[in-house]
Order: sequence, then C-alpha cells, then structure tokens
Amino acid sequence: MAITHGETSDKLPADRPFKVIGTRPVRHDGVDKVTGRAAYGADLNLPETLCGKVLRSPHGHARIKSIDTREAEKLPGVHAVVTSADLPDVKDKIAQLGEGAVNLADLSGNVLARGKALYKGHAVAAVAAVDAHVAEEALQKIRVDYEVLPSVTWVLDAMADDAPVLHDHLRTKAMGNTGDRPTNIAQHIHFEKGDIQQGFAEADLIVEHEFRTASVHQGYIEPQVATALYHADGHFKIWTSTQGSFTARQQTAEVLQVPVSRITVVPMEIGGGFGGKISIYLEPLAALLSRKTGRAVKMVMSRAEVFQGTGPTPGSFIRVKLGAKRDGRLTAGEAWLAYDAGAFPAGIIGPGCMCVFSCYDLPHARVDGYDVVLNKPKTSAYRAPGATQAAFACELVIDELAEKLDLDPLELRLNNAAREGTRRVDGPVYNRIGLVETLEAAQNHPHYQAPLEGANRGRGVACGYWFNIGLKSSVSASVNPDGTVMLVEGSTDIGGTRTSIAMQLAETLGIPAEAVHPEVVDTDSVGYTDVTGGSRVTFATGMAAHQAGLDIRRKMAERAAMLWECEPAEVTFDQGVFRAGKNSLTFEQLCEKLPSTGSPVVGCATVDPQVSTNGFGCHIVDVEVDPETGKVTVLRYTAVQDAGRAIHPSYVEGQMQGGAVQGIGWALNEEYAFDDSGQMGNPNFLDYRMPTALDVPMIDTLIVEVPNPDHPFGVRGVGEVPIIPPPAAMANAIYAAVGLRMRELPMSPPRIFKALNQK
Amino acid sequence: MSKKTHVTTTINGEQVEFLCEPRQSLLDVLRDVLCLTGTKEGCSNGNCGACTVLLDGVPVDSCLVLGVEVEGAEITTIEGIALPTHLHPLQQCFLEDAALQCGICTPGFIVAAKALLDHNPDPSEHEIRFQLAGNLCRCTGYDKIVRAVQDAARLMQQEHG
Repeated sequence: MAITHGETSDKLPADRPFKVIGTRPVRHDGVDKVTGRAAYGADLNLPETLCGKVLRSPHGHARIKSIDTREAEKLPGVHAVVTSADLPDVKDKIAQLGEGAVNLADLSGNVLARGKALYKGHAVAAVAAVDAHVAEEALQKIRVDYEVLPSVTWVLDAMADDAPVLHDHLRTKAMGNTGDRPTNIAQHIHFEKGDIQQGFAEADLIVEHEFRTASVHQGYIEPQVATALYHADGHFKIWTSTQGSFTARQQTAEVLQVPVSRITVVPMEIGGGFGGKISIYLEPLAALLSRKTGRAVKMVMSRAEVFQGTGPTPGSFIRVKLGAKRDGRLTAGEAWLAYDAGAFPAGIIGPGCMCVFSCYDLPHARVDGYDVVLNKPKTSAYRAPGATQAAFACELVIDELAEKLDLDPLELRLNNAAREGTRRVDGPVYNRIGLVETLEAAQNHPHYQAPLEGANRGRGVACGYWFNIGLKSSVSASVNPDGTVMLVEGSTDIGGTRTSIAMQLAETLGIPAEAVHPEVVDTDSVGYTDVTGGSRVTFATGMAAHQAGLDIRRKMAERAAMLWECEPAEVTFDQGVFRAGKNSLTFEQLCEKLPSTGSPVVGCATVDPQVSTNGFGCHIVDVEVDPETGKVTVLRYTAVQDAGRAIHPSYVEGQMQGGAVQGIGWALNEEYAFDDSGQMGNPNFLDYRMPTALDVPMIDTLIVEVPNPDHPFGVRGVGEVPIIPPPAAMANAIYAAVGLRMRELPMSPPRIFKALNQK
Repeated sequence: MSKKTHVTTTINGEQVEFLCEPRQSLLDVLRDVLCLTGTKEGCSNGNCGACTVLLDGVPVDSCLVLGVEVEGAEITTIEGIALPTHLHPLQQCFLEDAALQCGICTPGFIVAAKALLDHNPDPSEHEIRFQLAGNLCRCTGYDKIVRAVQDAARLMQQEHG
C-alpha cells in the first residue's frame, strides 16, 4: 500500500482519549538489554572469524609516497592486507544519507586515504589476521613513506589565502558559480529576506558579536564495529552497528562498486549514534578483507580510533548582528558562519545557516555560510547538526538585547517568536508550530518563577529549533491467531523506537502495546527504510505502522463481512471492536477465526512524508560559578519542548534529558584539543570530558503538545532539539551569575577563570 | 605467542576454568573466551565503566584487570544479576523507569548500582551519583538512571522489610 505524504486518514480528534498513546509500557527489547542478552555488533562471533585492524596516519597532513605491505603479509597469522589500491575508483556522485549528503568519491577516500592522508587518524591500510595481537603487529610492519605537509585545524586559518590546501581540485561553489583557484572553501551559502539595510536603519539598538566553538564528538559508548562475510557467489553479508542499514548498504555498495542487491546488512543492536553512525567506516574494509580471505572478518575500533577516525561536529566561527526597536521588536538580523567540514567537503553549514534565526520572525535578514575543509576527521551529523553552534551565537545576542532593552528574556523571545505563517530566511513558511506555547510554558514554569539567590549564581534561558525530517519507511505486520501482531520494521532502535512505533500500531488496532511484537530486521527482510536520524523514526516509521494498522483493519473488516454475510463497508471498527448490525467481534476474537476462514492477514505500508515536523524547545538553567577555579555547577535545569504528541512520554523525557546533558557537556568541557601539527591530544574519555552522573542535577522536563498536522497522531520529532539550547542557556546563566559574556565554547574552568581575572 | 595460563575462578556462582594469555584482560576473557558478552567494551582504558563487573563484591572495570589475576576470585557479571525466574529489582526498575535508551552502558550501570545497594541500601541522590560517576551514559542524561536506582532501593527495602 503506497501512502502519499501527509495523508492523515483516520485522523483522530485531539480530544479523543488514547488507549495506548501517552502511556508508559516497558519497552519490548528491555529484558534483553538489562540482562546482557541483547546482541550488539561486537557481541557477534562467527566461526573462524579473522580480526581486522586499521593502520592510521600519524600525521595531520601528509603525502603518501609509497606503501610497502610485503613484510606485514609475510607475518605468520596474517591473511590479507588492503590499501586504497584495492578499492575501485568511485566517481564524484552525491548520495543522500537522510541527514546530510555525501560525495561517494570522498567517502571512498575517507575509508582509505588516496595519495594524501588528510588528518591524524585517516585510514591508510587494513589487515586481517588470526587475532588482534597479530593484526597489530602486522600494522607495525607496513612501511608508509610520508612527506609531511603543513596542516590546519581552525576554520578561519583554513580560509586564509596562504593556508595549506587539502584538495588541489577543490573550487568554491557559490550561488551557481565555481571559483577558479584551489581553496579550502568548498561552498558559500547565501540566504536573504527583505532589505537588511532598511531593517538595521529602523533599529534603535544593534548588538553584534563573534563566537567560536570547538569540535566535539558524538561520544556514543559503543565504538564502531563491523563483521563481513563474503560468499563465493559474490554476495556480502555485513553485521554492523549503524543508524541506517539501507544507507550502510548503499554506501558500501558504492565504495565497492557492486550492486546493492549483492549486500545484506544486518543491523545489530546499536550502542548510541547521535548522527555519528550514518556514514560508513569499517564496513567496506571488512568486506574487502573477507573477499580476499574467504573468511569472516570482524573489525572493532578502539576509543582513540573513534575520536580520531570518525566524525566529530564542526568547529565554527560565527558572527551575529541583530537590530531591535526600543519596544523589543526585532527589525533585522545578519549572520556570517564558517563551519569546518573536516577533511572532505559537504559539512553541515547548510542547516547551520537555516537554523541561526529560525526561532524568530525577522522582517529583514541575511545569512552567509562557508563550508571549509581542514585537517580534522570528516565531520558527521551530531544531533541537530549545525544548529547548536548557530543557536549559541544567536541566543547570546538575543539575551544581550533583552538586557539592554530592559526586557524579560522570554518576553523578548515571545514578542518575536516564529509562528504559523512565518517565513524563515531560507524560504520555507512554517505551518502550525508550537514555539509560542513552548515559551509560555517556560515562562509559567515554577523554575522560571522561583527566586534564585546567592553569590555567583545566575539563571539563563535559550531556545532551539530543528526541522525534523520525514523520509522513507516501510513496515509489515502479521496478525497472529492469538490476537497479537508481529511488526517488522527497518528503523534501527537507538532509544526505544521499537516501542514508540509498536504503540502507534497498537493504538490503531485497539490492542495493548504488549500485543505488538516489533522486530528490526535486515535489508533483505523489509522494504527500504531511511536512517534513524533527523528525529524521524517515531514520526515516519510510526506513520507507516499506523497505515499498516489501517491495512489490517480493512482486511479484517472484509473477513468479518464474509463471516457476517454483509458488505465490508457495513463493518465499522472502534476501540478494538469490529461491528456490523448486531454482530460484533473484538480484534482478538476475529484473529482467532482468521486461520479457518481464509488467507493470512498481513498489513503493509510504505511512506515518504516530504515534510519537516518543526520542533522547538526552550531550556532554563541555574548555575553557580566558582570564582576560585572557574568551574560551573549546574544547580537546576528544566527543558521545555513541543513534542506534538508524546507517544511514550518516558522516552520523550529521556530524549530531552539526554540531549540537555550532551549540550551541557558541549557547553562546559568537551573539545578536541589540537596541537600545531594537527594531533588530537585528548582521544580518550579521561581527557575528553563528557558529563558524568555527578556533574549534573536531575533534568526537569515539560512536554508541550501542539499536534503536528502532518501526522495522524500529531507526532513531531523530538530527539534533536534538546541539544540546541544548552550551551546558549548556560552562557546566559554564567553572565547572570558573574557578568561574563562567554562567546567561546567550551566554557571550561580555565577559560572562565582567565576571563574572570581579566574582568 | 606466550604460553597460556590455567585459571580457576567462580563466575556467577559457578566454578569456571579457563586458559588465558598473560596479556588478556578479564574483559577479553569474559567476552572472547567464555562468551559472556553481556559485559560491554566502551574504551578499554577504565574511563567508561561499560565493562563493570563485581570482583569479590567490589565493582571493577574488567578491562583493567588481567585474566590471570582472578584465580580463586568470585566474579559477578550482568548475566548473574537476575534470579532464575525473575529480574533483579534494579533490572525491573531500569525497565519501568525507562532508564536506558541504547542500552550499551546498562549492564555496567546495573552491576555498579548493585554494588552500591549491597553496601548502602538507602543511598542519597548524591551517593548514587557519586557511586555511578565511573559509568558513562551518553543517552539518558542520568536522570532516569538515578531514579531507577532510588526506586530499586525502595523496592528492595520493602522486600526485606
């Protein structure tokens, strides 16, 4: 059954009580996950598996003059060595990965360096050996002759005329034109709305500042892992930890230049992703090594490899200028953003530019953005990619405007809040959105109302917006005679989505959540499904589950009509009961009759909603700054967000809490520390300091529900918005506490201590 | 390749014998030799806590213990936390309180929390946060984990009440 986007048949009135939606059932995969039985990528051990390891560049930027693998190949226990010479040539071609796009030639070059190593940690060769120790010994025997080149790791330095150029062929693309000289600036994006000169001329007050943010990592606890097994008939099977099994299949097929049908990707349980497990790294290497050896090859990254070889989020430089009337009405905004993309073009500058002013109804605005390559790992999506940096800049300027205009910071935001009909600077016009309701809920929250007393303490607020995507999802659902339903889906479950999808099917069929048994299956066993990313799964795969439920209802109504000798159109369905005239059967009763009355009932649906579900959040934080150390303590934290409709409120809260704490880490401690030669000095969890349980308080949540008109139950994406406001809210709170406007992330103790002493 | 050492130990109440190389960590032995893959590897340098097991009742990062060191010791892994017929109250509360998202850190948290409750049946929020500070979770922001441990403590006190 093909469903066009935005179709909302069986739309439920908002006031109708739900039986399943809004409840908090135990997740279906829960028992396996609390007992250690759930099988993650590294838990798979096929017979006669070889261990694969990657040789990585020790230099930030170096020409690879030669690679000699002969000594490594001679080592007993080594079965194969591969370099980029083993990879086919891949032509320039853009592939959509759901959340962001990739040039497949660049992807291939990132999987194994060609000609040049572009960052410390860039994969140069890979080996397969009988065990990890032999594999590591073999790596040491590979002789790579490097010519070390100057490297660059800060975005503005990389844009300079005299910067070391990474790619000789790269030219700046700007508004349909292509530059004529080698450069690190891959793209210049420009958005404009109204007339900013007029807008700033109308302003009574203009505030403009520059902001800097460091690269941070997604920090998932499970390192990248992949096992591949090549079959002599030309088929690859790949077990991996991925946010998108079909996307992993597509990327691997392109890099190996084989048809997608020759690859089966089995998504193992995934130990966190946050955008970092959309791109492939190990999959094609394991596949190549398996094809060379005929054995299964398993590859697991070390934590240092995860930091140095997989996608961080960009470091950025941003300038934001806002003008306002004395009454607090914003008149114009201008932003200039430069984001690094890591070693290859096509970073996340686009969404940064689209989101920088997305919370506000600005009559006049201009945004310029630059996508810049430099000697860092290729950036990956990280939870609302690009939006957190942009919000950090915009929300600090908003806060300063509110102070100078003597307005409550939430009041200023409310006065200028985007609402239905507001056109963003990049073009789209919002449909029904819930920013105003979110801001009002924050204003009325006991946290915002409570007094905050004590020295060096302050309160800050900030907003955040993320698009939340739709994209393609497929499900099928088989009805069992015992009244349960087996739900087959392709969205890898990172945070409880088996349950949030199953609940939408259960609601549609009028059965308990526990009567649906969701399974995430491999790429051979379900229709194409896009990545678990873009906060899309509960929205889009949930929409597919709802449609599959409608398909089941239609087929079962036909069966009831047959039993009751009436027309199918006479059969109604309400609250789990089929009725026609005096006849009635519950869903479960009719299921029992299915095997003896005809063919099995399977519901199917595929969806491709081409919409944004437009999520807004507002966070409130109280901090205390220790003037003797510069350490910031979070005293109280509240996250408010429009979820459209919270299917499973516990997991909505969990997204809000988890995103907030990731944002707190980004705000206070996390950063890639590079030296002049492009070496990351802190590729471990001790020195790359993510928040621990002791670093944060309880994270209070308030879910606002302004139903999304593009979803049958009103769902909006939830997962990404909550990482956007924290750095800005924390900075605004630090200002309220000690009078420092911190415009560089992270706001780490040494940086705050220094700023306090310069004050 | 170095000679393997014979080790006799008790894991989850049962006597276990295994051979391991001197360089193999307890984590490697559990996962690769004994197929107890419930204990997870997140960093292999003692900073994430995903591989937490109880060694003679004390929570340790099994990546920092050598296999040959556990001769004669008693080890509890996540596979040994549940009773044969039902879940441990910590496991039950982690489920009911939605204290996991991706779940990779969950075994380590449950083992570390069991060690806490074994010694301190009524911990404060601060004590819970302090005891669990060696376990990183990137998904939940810790709120629901702390609440699950609080709820499990209450449940266990009622059961023993």
